[in-house]
Amino acid sequence: MIKRIAVIVPAYNEEKSIAGVVNDINAVNLGNEFEITVIVVNDCSHDRTAEIAGRLKCILLDLPVNLGIGGAVQTGFKYAYENKYDFAMQVDGDGQHPPTEIPKLLKHISETNADIVIGSRFINNIGFISTFSRRLGIVFFKYLLRLFCGVIITDSTSGFRILNRKVLAIVSEIYPDDYPEPVSIILFRRNNLKIEEVPVIMCERKGGKSSIKAFTSLYYMLKVSIAVFFTYIRNRNKN
Amino acid sequence: MNNVVPVKIQIIAIVISLGFLAYIGRLIVKGKLREEYSFIWVFGALILILFSFWREGLAVIAKLLGVYAAPNLVFMVAIFGIFIYLLHISVVVSQLHEKNKKLSQEIALLKNKIEKIISDKTEK
Repeated sequence: MIKRIAVIVPAYNEEKSIAGVVNDINAVNLGNEFEITVIVVNDCSHDRTAEIAGRLKCILLDLPVNLGIGGAVQTGFKYAYENKYDFAMQVDGDGQHPPTEIPKLLKHISETNADIVIGSRFINNIGFISTFSRRLGIVFFKYLLRLFCGVIITDSTSGFRILNRKVLAIVSEIYPDDYPEPVSIILFRRNNLKIEEVPVIMCERKGGKSSIKAFTSLYYMLKVSIAVFFTYIRNRNKN
Repeated sequence: MNNVVPVKIQIIAIVISLGFLAYIGRLIVKGKLREEYSFIWVFGALILILFSFWREGLAVIAKLLGVYAAPNLVFMVAIFGIFIYLLHISVVVSQLHEKNKKLSQEIALLKNKIEKIISDKTEK
């Protein structure tokens, strides 16, 4: 039986890069076992993102108000869950996640019993590995997450990840709003899901802006720490 | 008797607090203020009215609670009340945020479904 994969591309003002990303994903060759569907979630962009995406080979989910990255990705998760996809993937719309790396994640999740597979820049440290301050933050999260959930995630801020239906059932109900990547790891661990990482090579973004601005990075770290702590407390009863 | 509110200011206080209560009533009638958020305002207005009529009231209660200067009691109670109410408003905003998110996601999913139905029809 063919396994269906929903590749969710959250896009906010990505008119320059969206076409390239969608076409590159559609061009990925996964063989006969897998079928890929691109789902672009337009997070109420001010530019022509929706118009361009409408002409591409993809499913367009058009949000009427800006929800931020977490809410946008969750819309895609909901779609994937309702439409019975086997796996859902997140690939950012700014070209940072090269679609050629998709098979690596897919291969890992379909061959192991992992529920979530994260593409990490920091296992082999090749390709674009972000700025020094960003890396410092990621190291901080690594220790924070190790403290709270006892697993080592080298690249907790990576949005390049794939998850199975078991996880889809959870994330279409609850998913953190802003800065969802590190916080969702706690959520996954609290639900006893198995997280694994595979090394990937990332690129520098082609257009658009990071959802994490340098100016607010301290606020980001603080907010994530608080969110991690409360997600930990909130989901404690489940174990 | 120097702790008792003078008559002139008492009349002003009565007029203002009654006007305040009337204004809250008007907002509720016109549907601009929901009943569940109006309780605290009605309650506040009634307290204002009570103390504008009961001239020695503040001094009596302050003495009862052992507060040295009566105005301090007013500040303490008022600030505490405001903090609690602000917290309540933050909770309300958070709930609205969550509901708003769910609705927007639902709209996006429905828009997609409708477009699919329309394009299926035109193909036939």
